[in-house]
Amino acid sequence: MPDPFDSILYKYIYCTLSSTGDAECVGTGLFGGGLLPASLDWLAFVLTAVIIVAAVVNGVLGGVLMMIWGERRLLGRFQGRTGPNRWGPFGLLTPVADAVKTMFKEDVVPTVSDRMVFTVAPILMLFPALLIYAVLPFGSGTWLADINVALLFIIAIGGGNVLAIVAAAWGSGNRYAMFSAMRAVAMLISYEIPLVISLIGVLMLSGSLSLVAIVNAQTIPFFIVQPLGFFVFLVASMAELNRTPFDVAEAESEIVAGYMTDYSSMKFGLFFLSEFAATIATSGVITAVFLGGWHGFDPIPSQLWFVGKMVIVLSVIVWVRASWPRMRIDQIMSFAWKALFELTLINLVVSGLLVLAWPSLSTTELWYMAGINWVVFLASIYIFGKVLGPKHDPRRAGNIQDATLSRSDAPAIPAGGAD
Amino acid sequence: MPLSTQPITINVGPQHPSTHGVFRMRVTFDGEQIVDVEPIFGYLHRGSEKLAESRTYTQVVTLTDRMDYVASMTNNQSYILSVEKLAGIEPAERGVWLRMIAAELQRIASHLVATGFFLQDLGALGTPLIYMMREREQILELFERLCGARITNSYMRPGGVFMDAPDDFWPALDRFMAEMPHRIDEYEDLISGNEIVAARCDGVAVVDSQTLIDASVTGPMLRASGVDWDLRHRQPYEYYDRVTFNRPLATASDNYARYIVRIHEMRESLGIIKQCLEQIEPGPVRPEEVPALIRPPVGDSYVGTECPKGELGFYLVSDGGVAPYRCKVRAPSLINLTLLREMLIGDKMADLFVTFGSIDINMGEVDR
Amino acid sequence: MVYGIGLAKGMGVTLKTILRPSFTVQYPDRRVGLMGAAKAYGLSTPGLIFKRPVKAVRAVLGFERIEVRPTQAARFRGNEFTWYEDRCTGCASCAKYCPLGIIKIVTLPGGINVQEGESYAIDTFDIDTGRCMFCALCVEACPYDALHMGSSFERGNYQRMDLVLSKDDLIAQPKNPSTWYRPQMEEQEYSPFRETLDDFKKAGRHEMPSVESLTKRWVEDRKTDEAVDD
Repeated sequence: MPDPFDSILYKYIYCTLSSTGDAECVGTGLFGGGLLPASLDWLAFVLTAVIIVAAVVNGVLGGVLMMIWGERRLLGRFQGRTGPNRWGPFGLLTPVADAVKTMFKEDVVPTVSDRMVFTVAPILMLFPALLIYAVLPFGSGTWLADINVALLFIIAIGGGNVLAIVAAAWGSGNRYAMFSAMRAVAMLISYEIPLVISLIGVLMLSGSLSLVAIVNAQTIPFFIVQPLGFFVFLVASMAELNRTPFDVAEAESEIVAGYMTDYSSMKFGLFFLSEFAATIATSGVITAVFLGGWHGFDPIPSQLWFVGKMVIVLSVIVWVRASWPRMRIDQIMSFAWKALFELTLINLVVSGLLVLAWPSLSTTELWYMAGINWVVFLASIYIFGKVLGPKHDPRRAGNIQDATLSRSDAPAIPAGGAD
Repeated sequence: MPLSTQPITINVGPQHPSTHGVFRMRVTFDGEQIVDVEPIFGYLHRGSEKLAESRTYTQVVTLTDRMDYVASMTNNQSYILSVEKLAGIEPAERGVWLRMIAAELQRIASHLVATGFFLQDLGALGTPLIYMMREREQILELFERLCGARITNSYMRPGGVFMDAPDDFWPALDRFMAEMPHRIDEYEDLISGNEIVAARCDGVAVVDSQTLIDASVTGPMLRASGVDWDLRHRQPYEYYDRVTFNRPLATASDNYARYIVRIHEMRESLGIIKQCLEQIEPGPVRPEEVPALIRPPVGDSYVGTECPKGELGFYLVSDGGVAPYRCKVRAPSLINLTLLREMLIGDKMADLFVTFGSIDINMGEVDR
Repeated sequence: MVYGIGLAKGMGVTLKTILRPSFTVQYPDRRVGLMGAAKAYGLSTPGLIFKRPVKAVRAVLGFERIEVRPTQAARFRGNEFTWYEDRCTGCASCAKYCPLGIIKIVTLPGGINVQEGESYAIDTFDIDTGRCMFCALCVEACPYDALHMGSSFERGNYQRMDLVLSKDDLIAQPKNPSTWYRPQMEEQEYSPFRETLDDFKKAGRHEMPSVESLTKRWVEDRKTDEAVDD
C-alpha cells in the first residue's frame, strides 16, 4: 500500500494541522505544526483531503480555461488566422467571456423530454472527467492519491461518458440526438478494448498499475519502448474523447450538435467543460504512462516538465483536429475492429515474449526491446495498410491522370445551334 | 426472433448549417441508410423573372447578379450575351477580353467556395475552407479594384463592360496569378491524398453518364463521368475559340471525381487568363456608348454559357419595348438538383451532405 | 486501413501554415507589441520607452491598440453618395434609372445652374440608402456628373429613417467621391482617401459622345445594317 506521506502536499498540510507527533512530521509543517489538538486528528485528515481536493479541482478548472483559450488560438493559427485576441491581453480573458455568456443564457428545457434524465446527464458526464485527476501524478511527490490500481480506476471511470451521452439523447427526446447517441455508444464501446489492451504492454514493463510506479519505471520513456502501444492508445483515446477524426457524436455539419442540441446555458457549459477536462486528463495519462511523466533535466522543476509534456500532447491533438476530416461511422467501427484490435494483440504477444526473454528489465534490455518493437510497429502498419487499405488510388482509378485532358483544338461541334 | 424496425423520417430543415442556403429535405432513414428523399425548395424565391419584366435591359443586369450570388460575373456574362444576340449589338474587342478575364476569375472563386464548403461538410472543421477563403478574398479584392463591388458586381453592359480596368489592376492580377498555382498545389497536398477523404468520397453517389445526359445535367458533374461536354469548347462564345484549354475529365463519377475535376478546372482557368492577358489590346471597352434604353427588335434569343455550376442560359423574349417581355433562366443548380434522390438512395446519412455539396448547388439560382 | 502518408502530408501543410504570419486583418483596431507601438507613434523602440513609458508598458502587457483603416479600392462603391448641388439641374435621370425607385426629386421652375444656365430649382432630393443596393446605375445616368458614389461604409444608424439622405445631408457631408464610372477622376489621379473634393470645379466632367454621333451609330447605321441583313 503506497504511503500517503509520499505526497508532499499531503505531508505539508497534514503536518501543519495535526499534532499527533507522527514520525514523518518531524520538522515539517508551517508554523511548527500542530494547529489542531490531538483529539481532533480525524479532522486534520479530513481537512487535508478537502484542501487538496479543492486545490486540484480549481487547478483543473483553471486548466480547462487555459485549454479553451489555447485550443481556439492554436486552431486559428493552424488555419492561418489569428484566433481570439480581443478580450484581455492576447485574448487570455476569452474563456471568462465564454463562461459569463454561458451562464447568462436562458435555460431552455424541451417539453418532450424526461426531466430528471435530462438534468442529470451533464453531471454524469463531468464526474468521471474530474475523478481521473485524483490519481494523476503532476510531479515528483505531487499527487492527490497514489492507489495501487490507478490505471484500472481510470479505465473503469472512463466508461462513464457512454452512459452520459445516452442519457442526454434520451432526455432530449430528439431524433437527431438519438442518431448521434447511437453512433457514439457503438464507437465508444468498441474503442475501449484497444485502449485497455495497449496498456497491458506497459503493465508488463512496469509490474504495477499505479501511475507513480509506472513513471518511476521509465528509465527510458515508454513510447520508445512500446511504439505500437503508444500509437494505439493515442488513437483510441482520441476516439474516446469524441474528437476529430472521430467526432461523429457531435458532427456539426450533419446533426447540428448531436446529443447536445437541446442543451443551453450552464448544462451545455457542463458538457463543454467535461469534454475539455477529459481531454486534459487523458493527455495527462498519456504523459504519465508513455512520455516519462515528470522526468526531465534538473534546473526545471518536475511539475513544469509534466505540464509541458501535457501541453505537447494537447497540441498534437489540436493539430490532428485542424488537419483531417471526419470518418464515417462504419469506417470508424471497421478501423477499431479490423485494425486497432489486431494491432494491440500483436503488441501484447510481442511484448510478452520480450519480457519473457529479458525479465530483468534493465535499461540496455529496454533498448533491445525498443529496437524490436519499432521494427514490429513499422512492419505491421505497412502490412495492415496493404491488406485493409483502399484497393486503388482514387486519383488514378479512371480519373484525371489517366483520362485525356481533351485539348480544345479538337474538332468542335460547329457553333450556331444556339437558337 | 427477427427484430422489427421502422424507418424514421427526419426533416432536414431550411435552417441547417450545411444546406448551402435555405433548402429543405424530408429524408427517410432505415438506421443509417437513406431510403427516400423528398427535396422541397422555394424558400429563397424573390420573383426575379417577374421583376425583370418591369426593368430595362440594363437594370436587369443588377437582378442577374443576385441569382447565383457566388458567381455574379458569369451570370452577367450569360445575360449580356443573350441581350447582345437579341439586339444585334457587336461587342467591343477589349470589352470581350475583360469579360473573359472576369468570368474566369469568377470561375476560380466559385470553385473555391464549392470545394471549401464540400470539405467543411466532410468534417474538416474549416482548415481547407479558410485557406480557400483566403484566396477568394484576393479575387474579390481584384473585383473591387475593377468594378467597385466584391460580390454583386454589375460589371457588364450590353456591348462590353462599363469601364476599363484601372492601372493598378494589372499588377495585382499578376501577383495573384503568380501565387495561385502554389496554393492549388497546397490544397492538393492537404486534401487529395488524404486517406480519410478518399475513403469517404470514393465510390459514393455514383451516377452513370447516360442518366446524367438524360437529366440534362451539365458542368463539372457531367465531366466527372467522362462526357467531354464543355460549352466553351462545343459552342464557343466570346473569344473562347482563340484560347486553348484542357477540359479535365474523370470516369469514376463519384464525389471524389467531382471534387478533383473542380480542382483541375481552377488550374485551367488560370491558363485561360494568362492567354487572355497575352492577347488583350488597348481600345474602347464598349462600342461608342450603347444607348441606355435599348429597344431590341421583336424576337427571342437564348444563349447558353458555361458557368461554374453548369450551363446557364437566359431566354429573352422582346416585344420591341425597353424591358424584356419574358426572361426565363435556365438555372443549372435546379437541373442538377433533380438527380438528388437517385444519387442519395442507398447511401448512408453521413453521405447526405457530402453528396449534396459535391453537386454544388446555390439556392439563389434554384429559387431565383 | 489507412496508409498514413496522405494524412502526414496534410499535417505538414497545417504545420507550414502555422509558421507563416496570419493573414487576419483586424478592424477597427489591432493590438500592437512594443516594436509595433513604436512604429505606429513614429519613434524608435528606446525612444518609446523613454518618452512614453506608460504606452510602452501597456504595449508589453498587450493592452495597446492602434486604429486601423482597411484598404479600399478607389472605385469602391460605398454606402453613401456625393452630390454637387451646383451641377445638378433637377433632370431626374438618376431617379428614372434607379431599379428600385428610391430617389425622390421634387423640383420647382425657375432655377439657375452655375454651369448649364437655366434649370429647375430643387426642392427635395432624397435618397433612401436603407433600400439602396449601391448598383450605381444612377451615377451612370447622370449627364452632368453631379451625383457620384461615396467611399465610406461606416454608416450604421439606429433608426431606418436616419438612413434617408435628404438634400441638406447630401450638401453638408464631406465629399469623397469614388472614381466609379468617372474615368476623368482617375486621370487626374484623385484618390478618395487622400483628399476630399469639395469644389465641384475640381471634379472633372466625363465627355460623353454627342447626340449626333450616337444617333448616327445606333439609328441610321443600324437601318442600313438591317437592310443588308434582310
